[in-house]
Amino acid sequence: MAIETRQRMAKRAAKEIRNGMVVNLGIGIPSLVPDHLATGLGVMFHAENGIVGMGGTPETGQEDENLCNAGGFPVTTLLGSSYFDSAVAFGMIRKGLIDLSILGSLQVSRKGDLANWIIPGKKVPGMGGAMELAGKARKLIVLMSHTDRNGSPKILDECTLPLTALQCVDMIITDMAVFTVEQEELYLKEVFAPYSLDEIASKTGCQFAIEDTVIKIED
Amino acid sequence: MDNPFGKLACQEQAMELFHHGMTLMYGGFGGVGTPPALIDALLSSGAENLTLIGNDAGFPEIGIGKIVSLGRAKKIIASHIGSNPVAGKLMNERSLDVEFSPQGTLAERIRAGGMGLGAILTDIGINNKSVASGKKQLILNDREYLVETALTADVSIVYAKKADPYGNLVFDKSARNTNPLVAMAGNFTIAEADEIVPLGFLDPEEIITPGVFVDMVIPSSGVNWKWAWQ
Repeated sequence: MAIETRQRMAKRAAKEIRNGMVVNLGIGIPSLVPDHLATGLGVMFHAENGIVGMGGTPETGQEDENLCNAGGFPVTTLLGSSYFDSAVAFGMIRKGLIDLSILGSLQVSRKGDLANWIIPGKKVPGMGGAMELAGKARKLIVLMSHTDRNGSPKILDECTLPLTALQCVDMIITDMAVFTVEQEELYLKEVFAPYSLDEIASKTGCQFAIEDTVIKIED
Repeated sequence: MDNPFGKLACQEQAMELFHHGMTLMYGGFGGVGTPPALIDALLSSGAENLTLIGNDAGFPEIGIGKIVSLGRAKKIIASHIGSNPVAGKLMNERSLDVEFSPQGTLAERIRAGGMGLGAILTDIGINNKSVASGKKQLILNDREYLVETALTADVSIVYAKKADPYGNLVFDKSARNTNPLVAMAGNFTIAEADEIVPLGFLDPEEIITPGVFVDMVIPSSGVNWKWAWQ
């Protein structure tokens, strides 16, 4: 996906971040979200490797090899930040202290099942912390391309790949549209220009409800 | 420096503790916080058929990845191996046995091992065949849990920012990650430290890993690999 498309998705996800939230961002498109945050928000970013209060990328030459995010890239810290070990980092997740988790995925089902950790026989990276985040974050947003490399839908009636967690996804933001999952039903809420409802339906592998007023996102 | 507890040692002495078929636990997260001199000592020791336990498989030339990439391990227990394609290749060739454990569950299993517990109870992965299969389940207070066994190792290796001769350790920012847990779970724990200070130079309030868990301390020359972002 073009960087402009990725940024557009990240910008939409950033609108879901409220003052006071503790937020965990996955690698890939989710890592672009902080670039689009409204100024003045009191938000604490959590990293599985033991940081709350993570800030942006340091300037070139200012990187600290011992201050990285969970993806292994250098970060900074904000006032009020803290460091802790991995057991504590995941205690925070399991206890439900993460208000919002934004991550990528391979597939999502109509009911909000998440499959993002393995393509059997092809890609076997392991689940990392995805099962804890998916199962325990208060709200889960998936940022992913609408279709896979072969053009096949990634939003399906049932995931065909092994699941990470059941019925955990609250919102899906793709390059084409924004969906929510409410009471095991999928709703189309917003459409990115220039896509039409028909195009979205043809690239989505399941039925979805359409809101009376679907918002068109132009920029 | 005074060495009243006999814990201060050099890389060569650490090397003698590595042997074929051992279970080795390592601190670090994507190589950050993995002890470079101890990895090199492990390489030089020639030890093979290792069972490795740690957060991930590093990168091919970073951290524990240097050991994995050379085929020195027969098994690894980790939460992911995605950053090290060599590990994936060895797994697909069936020359490396990989046991995946969800990251927080793995950290807690290591912590439990270090804390003298037999297992932990968690609902993470309980509805997931790949995690739950073969594991005992029980219902407690009307909630279902998986029994996840504690992990210990013959030798644990960790990377600290500062150590004193008793093995008290202080870590550096996000390089702490799994290190305090791994330090507790080793039957013999070796710490590599960027700085070794005399007894009394660490404020007891700042110590993250009490030296009672640490058996040997060796000096570090810092990392000798290039990071992915460099």
